Amino acid sequence: MSVKLLLNKIQVPGIRSYEVYRREGGYQSVEKALKMQPADIVEEVKKSGLRGRGGAGFPTGLKWSFIAKPEGVPRHLVCNADESEPGTFKDRYLMEFIPHILIEGMISASYALGSNASYIYIRGEYDWVSDILEAAITEAKQNGWLGKNIQGSGFDCEIYVHRGAGAYICGEETALIESLEGKRGNPRIKPPFPAVKGAWERPTVVNNVETLAAVVPIINMSGDEYAKIGVGKSTGTKLISACGNINKPGIYEIDMTISVEEFIYSDEYCGGIPNGKKLKACIPGGSSVPILPANLLLTTAKGEKRMMNYESLSDGGFATGSMMGSGGFIVLDEDQCIVRNTYTLARFYRHESCGQCSPCREGTGWMEKILKNIDTGKAAMSDIDLLWNIQRKIEGNTICPLGDAAAWPVAAAIRHFRDEFEWHVLNPEKCLKENYGLAHYADPVHVPV
Amino acid sequence: MEIIFSQEKLNKVSEIISRYPEGRQKSALLPVLHLAQQTFGGWLDVPVMDYVASLLKLEPIEVYEVASFYSMYNLKPVGKYMFEVCQTGPCMVNGCDDIIDYIKQKLNINVGETTADGLFTLKTVECLGACGYAPMMQMGKTYREHLTKEKVDAIIEECRNLSGSNN
Ligand SMILES: Cc1cc2nc3c(=O)[nH]c(=O)nc-3n(C[C@H](O)[C@H](O)[C@H](O)COP(=O)(O)O)c2cc1C
Ligand code: SF4
Ligand code: FES
Repeated sequence: MSVKLLLNKIQVPGIRSYEVYRREGGYQSVEKALKMQPADIVEEVKKSGLRGRGGAGFPTGLKWSFIAKPEGVPRHLVCNADESEPGTFKDRYLMEFIPHILIEGMISASYALGSNASYIYIRGEYDWVSDILEAAITEAKQNGWLGKNIQGSGFDCEIYVHRGAGAYICGEETALIESLEGKRGNPRIKPPFPAVKGAWERPTVVNNVETLAAVVPIINMSGDEYAKIGVGKSTGTKLISACGNINKPGIYEIDMTISVEEFIYSDEYCGGIPNGKKLKACIPGGSSVPILPANLLLTTAKGEKRMMNYESLSDGGFATGSMMGSGGFIVLDEDQCIVRNTYTLARFYRHESCGQCSPCREGTGWMEKILKNIDTGKAAMSDIDLLWNIQRKIEGNTICPLGDAAAWPVAAAIRHFRDEFEWHVLNPEKCLKENYGLAHYADPVHVPV
Repeated sequence: MEIIFSQEKLNKVSEIISRYPEGRQKSALLPVLHLAQQTFGGWLDVPVMDYVASLLKLEPIEVYEVASFYSMYNLKPVGKYMFEVCQTGPCMVNGCDDIIDYIKQKLNINVGETTADGLFTLKTVECLGACGYAPMMQMGKTYREHLTKEKVDAIIEECRNLSGSNN
């Protein structure tokens, strides 16, 4: 059993309400935090080794220590609840079922950063979740955890919900800030970084929902104790949203000491592949991370068991590894077509490109078109190389990482499944009706009976 | 329809503006556009956007450029019930294409169209953060998940009954 720090109370009936949440020990971390110096809280978060749960995995304590503190200028904490990376649906689960853990974490984080007005930027489609958060904020305010002089500490804190309106790019932190300011979600050129000039030109920290929720156990148990959970630089617990061809899709909290194999096949987690099918491939960290064929997913190129943590998932770099990303774990069985799957992701990125940089705006459109041609048997062999060249030209040449996020899945699909792309070109009639199947990259261990 | 918020909604607009720093009322644009769309028939006609601009002391163009950027603002009329079916990878793996085809056939419309009676609009959208409960769609404020043909039938029936009892 993995240790659980965020979802340990999720089964308690009524945990969504303040009363039950408080009775179960909620808001103790705020009581503790308000007795500490803000800088000491930052220190605890540093010691915890917590890494941002939004995708990039940047150390949270370090990020907090960068915030500029010019005299007389307000600072802001913004929670990134935009959650739009395909395969990722963990933040919604936390906010929907245990909203107070986010509010609790945000109050301590606001205190640590000196933010008197903090914001939750939530994707527009999560309309009912935004109502749940507003209700939780009202309850917290009625009980003295928000408002003026909270718990007699002298610290004022408000949290506001700001609903987006349908744009994946607003998950990128500078686009999010633009959107919070009531503009189109066009990412800004960095520097200046938000920690210096963010929302309304004020120093701003943007953190993911799960990152801010993790502040609660860190303060409760101390940074050092939190760091003992997990392994190496993958400390604490991570929420994984699992989907695709598995028996038990859903949200799992893991302590990063289990293997990928256990995660997919154990009944405690995904429960294996339905209908006796074989595992073909997996995108382990949300749609922008490299897809891995089953053999490289379960074992690294060095022949070690691949584990569900930051280091192990990225072992081998992009040549033979992938990334933890946002924890959106997408499993594909033997009936899935890699070209088709890559095409839908390319379409997604084309749709979501803000259009500011030509390599991203034009390149995502080209990739979508070529992939569609390959998928429908209308492509030539040279199109595979063209596709490869286009993704190479996007990567690293854009204002924000959406360009990379669009290029990586295409690159990985060609790198590992080139034979399947070629089969589509060589068998135009077949590829509309049949599926290439497994070839050499099936899971060698779990052969269904 | 006269394009004016009720006093209650105007109070709501003031409350929304107060969430942001002084002089930064433009920040209220996204939430106020949501409110306007919901109030004035489910879409943002030009006079509606102009009204929002006047409320927030913005140039109309500032409102148009924002309204046209975000996919949830409808710049054309839509049906009373909008089926927004997710078509991204994880939903595709779980059969969203069949569901989209089924809805098309059942309502006799294509993606992007509205039924003649003005009741239903079908749209395809990209990942809505419900990939584990696929196939799925958004309908108004909520999500409908684990869709099957039977479920789609029931939802259409439900909407027809609702609209019947409203009239
Ligand atoms: C295109 C794009 C989309 C992103 N979407 C999200 C998102 O939906 N949620 C999120 O928390 N971070 C997202 N990020 C990462 C944020 O920019 C930022 O790194 C993160 O919110 C920082 O929080 P963390 O350090 O707590 O992870 C996205 C980044 C990019 C480039
Ligand atoms: S990389 Fe794409 S999404 Fe990012 S700023 Fe450039 S055009 Fe916009
Ligand atoms: S892919 Fe459909 S909800 Fe995520």
